[in-house]
Amino acid sequence: MTTFADRPPLEEQIAQWRVFLRRRRAIHGPDVEELEGHLRDQMAALTEAGLAGDEAFLVAVKRMGSLDALSREFAREHSDRLWKQLVIAPGAAGEPLEDTRTETVVVLCLAVAAALAIKAPALFGVQFGGSGDAFYARNASLFVLPLLTVYFAWKRGLDVMCCLWLALSFAAAALFANVFPFETGSDTGALTALHLPIALWLVVGVAYLGGRWFAGHGRMDFVRFSGELFIYYVLIALGGGVLTAFTMMMFGSIGMNAEWLGSRWLIPCGAMGAVIVGSWLVEAKQSVIENMAPVLTRLFTPLFTVVLLAFLATMAWTGSPIDVEREVLIAFDLLLVVVVGLVLYAASARDPQAPPDFFDRLQLLLVVSALVVDVVALAAIATRISEFGLTPNRVAALGENLILLVNLAWSAWLYAQFLQVRRPFAALESWQTAYLPIYSLWAMLVVIVFPPLFAFA
Amino acid sequence: MDFGKDLVAASATPLVLAILTEGDSYGYAIIKRVAELSDGHVQWTDGMLYPVLHRLERQGLVAAKWRASDSGRRRKYYRITKEGRAELTVQRQQWQVVDNTLRGIWMKARTA
Repeated sequence: MTTFADRPPLEEQIAQWRVFLRRRRAIHGPDVEELEGHLRDQMAALTEAGLAGDEAFLVAVKRMGSLDALSREFAREHSDRLWKQLVIAPGAAGEPLEDTRTETVVVLCLAVAAALAIKAPALFGVQFGGSGDAFYARNASLFVLPLLTVYFAWKRGLDVMCCLWLALSFAAAALFANVFPFETGSDTGALTALHLPIALWLVVGVAYLGGRWFAGHGRMDFVRFSGELFIYYVLIALGGGVLTAFTMMMFGSIGMNAEWLGSRWLIPCGAMGAVIVGSWLVEAKQSVIENMAPVLTRLFTPLFTVVLLAFLATMAWTGSPIDVEREVLIAFDLLLVVVVGLVLYAASARDPQAPPDFFDRLQLLLVVSALVVDVVALAAIATRISEFGLTPNRVAALGENLILLVNLAWSAWLYAQFLQVRRPFAALESWQTAYLPIYSLWAMLVVIVFPPLFAFA
Repeated sequence: MDFGKDLVAASATPLVLAILTEGDSYGYAIIKRVAELSDGHVQWTDGMLYPVLHRLERQGLVAAKWRASDSGRRRKYYRITKEGRAELTVQRQQWQVVDNTLRGIWMKARTA
């Protein structure tokens, strides 16, 4: 064996062979080690028989068989390996055993803490149902997002100064959610409940990026993380729903009404804990499974485009104007949110170096048709805005519409430039990631300025 | 000698199990032993042995363990289990039946 140690080029060749082997999904690390051991034994025997080192290497590799055939045989025996498994087993990601265990403990503690936090106000007499609901709605994000931030602060090893700023942001959020004398059932209170999570998500993002919001490509990673977390959260919520239904059914069958258990404990505590557990799963699996959000984007971009074009065509054909009702503005806001999401997640999964393809044209078509639909809707609303008067909901919805419109208009311009090969795709990507804080800043504005502006109505 | 794929696949299990009854061994040594016993007539593509070994391991016919070898590298050693020996007995009987049948036909062909 010593014959090979003093021949670095040969070691390089073996290393390269090992890399090729590793790329095969059906062949795992220990198998590679086993096969490499075989290769080296074979080479040693061949060298002893008089072959030179590189000749021995060539013969040994040839005898091993072609990589394709080998990987096919392994795949036949280990077909399960073609399904990538999310195993949070020790050392799955090449991390030491200790770290993985510590992380599991930290995550479980934080999840339990989040589940208990939502029950803490009950100790002071603020109950679910009835008068307490408005309080819970406004503070929902404050029960769990600080703990999620703690998780990332711990994981990324944030310095004290940064932690202090993050803590200050949460303290300020708690202040603005609770000091204003909101009227019962007030619109501004409901707006705070809706916008506070959006504002605070930026704080989570800063912690996620280890305090370096402006450095490098990290922001797109945070976008990817958010999308995957959303998908995981929906899946966990589905499972939680099944669990709750079974609990009610089983206890109901022995004559006990378990509704209080479901609605006061399982659902709220589960909803909080799931945010932490979901984030942890996304962190653990990011290298294991293909991301889901871009796949859904690919699936729905053509469908949304078709629907929008069909809508425009029908409106032009029949000439019927948009019936401006209360919810219409919100509905078109949501449409723009979906389209921005499609653009964002398409960008997150795209290789910035690749030349324009059919899907990019489709994206541009989607963005342009969404813009046209929204402008038509806005025009319809503008003609009657004087009749409406300005309510907090309407100002918030109009503001959001404007923010999304600006984003999409510039995205459409960048897409067009990219399709004409005048600008790289990276321009669109950096526009989208640079725009992210705007959403949170607007949400902050709604939380801080709107209640006093509209007299807490 | 070039064996057909099916024959190689069919004979691999009894060959590996039989060699392991001689004592624990690892992939490279098993292949060397096969070549030795067949005077070099049975030549497998080396890599193909490992999926076979992993299948036997999954079926519980052999057990595997990583051990340090004299060269300092880790090596995966295979040991035949009780179930493996039972399987080998069955396969041995089957192969003997095939062998006897073929022998009978070929003897007749020679005397005819």
